[in-house]
Amino acid sequence: MDIKYTIFGREFVFPSDIIAADLSILLMGILAVFFLTRYRKWKYAWDWMTSTHHTKVGIMYLAAGGAFFLRAGLDALIIRLQLALPENQFWVFQGEKYNQMMTTHGTTMIFFVAMPLLIGLMNVAVPLQIGARDLAFPYVNLLSFWLFLTGGALVNVSFVLGGSPSTGWTAYSPLSLDTFSPGPGLDYYTLGIQIAGIGTMLTAINFLVTIIRKRAKGMTFMRMPLFTWSSFVTSILILFAFPALTIALLLLMMDRVYGTAFLSGTDGNPLIWQHLFWIFGHPEVYILILPAFGIFSDVITTFSRKNLFAYGAMVFALVLIGFLGFMVWIHHMFTVGLGPISNAIFALATMSIAVPTGIKIFNWLFTIRGGVVRFKTAMLFSLAFIPTFLIGGATGVMLSAAPADYQYHDSYFVVGHFHYVIVGGTILGIFAGVYYWWPKMFGFLLNEVLGRWHFWLFTIGFHVTFFPMHLMGLNGMPRRVYTYFESDGLGSLNLISTIGAFIMAAAVMIFLFNIYWSLRHGEKDTTGDPWDGRTLEWALPSPPPDGNFIDRPVVTTIDQLWNEKRNGNGRLRTVKEDGPIYLSKPTAQPVFLSAILFCSSFGFIFYQPLIQWAGVVGVVCMLILRSFKDDSWKAYTRSELRDEKEEKS
Amino acid sequence: MNNESFLLEQKEDKKLGMWFFIAAEIVIFASLFGVYLTLRSHTDGGPAPQEMLELKSVMVSTVLLLSSSFTIYISHQAIEGEKTGKTIVFLAMTMVLAGLFLFMEGREFLLYYEKGYEMQNSSFLSAFYLLVGTHGAHVAAGFIWMGLLLIHLKMNGAAKEMQAKLSVFSLYWHFVDLVWVLIFTLVYLYGKVG
Repeated sequence: MDIKYTIFGREFVFPSDIIAADLSILLMGILAVFFLTRYRKWKYAWDWMTSTHHTKVGIMYLAAGGAFFLRAGLDALIIRLQLALPENQFWVFQGEKYNQMMTTHGTTMIFFVAMPLLIGLMNVAVPLQIGARDLAFPYVNLLSFWLFLTGGALVNVSFVLGGSPSTGWTAYSPLSLDTFSPGPGLDYYTLGIQIAGIGTMLTAINFLVTIIRKRAKGMTFMRMPLFTWSSFVTSILILFAFPALTIALLLLMMDRVYGTAFLSGTDGNPLIWQHLFWIFGHPEVYILILPAFGIFSDVITTFSRKNLFAYGAMVFALVLIGFLGFMVWIHHMFTVGLGPISNAIFALATMSIAVPTGIKIFNWLFTIRGGVVRFKTAMLFSLAFIPTFLIGGATGVMLSAAPADYQYHDSYFVVGHFHYVIVGGTILGIFAGVYYWWPKMFGFLLNEVLGRWHFWLFTIGFHVTFFPMHLMGLNGMPRRVYTYFESDGLGSLNLISTIGAFIMAAAVMIFLFNIYWSLRHGEKDTTGDPWDGRTLEWALPSPPPDGNFIDRPVVTTIDQLWNEKRNGNGRLRTVKEDGPIYLSKPTAQPVFLSAILFCSSFGFIFYQPLIQWAGVVGVVCMLILRSFKDDSWKAYTRSELRDEKEEKS
Repeated sequence: MNNESFLLEQKEDKKLGMWFFIAAEIVIFASLFGVYLTLRSHTDGGPAPQEMLELKSVMVSTVLLLSSSFTIYISHQAIEGEKTGKTIVFLAMTMVLAGLFLFMEGREFLLYYEKGYEMQNSSFLSAFYLLVGTHGAHVAAGFIWMGLLLIHLKMNGAAKEMQAKLSVFSLYWHFVDLVWVLIFTLVYLYGKVG
């Protein structure tokens, strides 16, 4: 499908897929510039890019994560089209190109979709839920966002600049070393994830300090909303899991760029990669699911009008899942051959995670039982999550049985399993959270009718896509292959799965249309409390003013606002404080710092030592500059903030 | 909340943040130690630890770095008592000690390179240079950081902001020292004897 031209006797080859990607990038760029200029929004966009306010940073996370979701979803559609029929030849996506697609799909969905969307919701909700004015380190928060975006941009731009990574998102060595994967693809992978990972670690530190030190008066740990609790446990997981990935990526980069011998099969030890990767990788799946658990807990209590059943057990289960999450990484390596003892121990540890997860499932059910249930879109997503995740959990326990895993390993059964937990858990959770907090972020509600279309199409499409994958796996289809024979008898299952993928794509389109429609005609959220909420964020106007709480609330119980509605006048009591309120000023430094990292990354990818050093020096200079900027906070009086709030409304 | 209590709150925030950063760094160095201990016997194409490592100069480095932990402690105490002059003197001493340490380490690495022990030669050498080099990079970062602190101290004296800055740095510096103790034991002593 390459387009060939002969100019002045030289032949130029243009691969059609790259040209299509180039054109779409160009088109989107021109459209962005056109609209920004046409509606005079350059200043407005710049204000967003440099704002350190937590809701704005959170919304930017959601927007960027949403954009990557579309890109990675497109990859998924390409994968499904290629696999729709036996021995299919869809466009150019066979062999190496197919590997690039499935690698970018996995890498992007994990690192640049699921994580930033969750971190975005954490940014929006956590400071409000604990009665804080902002995160502890607003500057670092903005920096984290830009580092994530830089990493995501690097991984995504690789397709048109030299080729994407093609080893699967796990990048096992020695396949990922330059002997077997020449070309820049894997270098984009190491650099991109490394930069984004640094941002994620900074976010974790930020949330830990915020949750420990910025809670309102009386907000003890055992009075925090479950979403804040889950953000807390998630941050601990990030803090202890991501450094292992940092080192794994560093080893891979050293081997590829500087010719060291850490991971090669001849003198190094390829297993080092697998251990480090999964010491990170298994906590990572809990990093993805725990915030979703928190969202479901908040949504289910709100829309059932009941207190969470067994709050203490729910918190205990979260912490226990977080702890056990570090003890099970070998279950990804059962077939490596570490011996029956280690396999048995890790199999048992893995099965034991089903216990705290079961506690959570039952407590959600008991919370709904006897409640006044309102079937809003957020609640629908939460209800769909429970059986879906149960199936994902059950297949997880099947996989944890080491002898059986020898059969399931690297088959589509595994693909089915982890899509049931990640899409059925994390993505449903993100949709629930987005519908739930949307009015808080933007001051208007998303349309419920379109929301229900979105929900039903997505959920049906989801099961149609992923349920057949279990059967494909049991019938012997290995993962990460680009085709299969007609005689394998996998054709109809694959076709069904492809149809399901398009139903999900349609659902996402409806969601986008819902945003557009609701922006123009959506119901305005005038009270700040559209769902009859329970936690502190619903006591604030939507969107919350700068500094959130002009007078910070006093907390005496779990779900303080609900308590005030039942037993008081429905308003939060506040502490009287005097003195100024300090808010962080906007800053452009994170943008420039990330831009330097982005440019200098190409020095590592294309082996240009000069650019590498320029990058190092540039980053150090930016940090020195930051050290001499000591006016990053501005003091406001209460009346100034009140005036600003009135101006807004 | 007035200015004073705001600065105090920020100081505690930053210190807690640094503790969590150190927690992440512990995992980073634990991984590097794990890699080193796995690969230290993979010496094909290069020397074994026994024949390569220089113990004598490293002893000197160890003394230098451990003393710097002591001087940063005095400097930190001085700034808490708002004694600008003493703070500057002992911080400058810490910086000199760090500089000497970096010089010694650079000299040691150059010596190895002159003998032809490059990091591409064997897995042991790769792991050795990465572990010790990452620690060295931390010392170098601390060196630049101390330079900045000294400039700030000259400009502002022992103000509240500076107390926060120096307490965060001293936490970092003690951690960097602690890692060196482990490197000295697990790389150099164990390499020579084990």
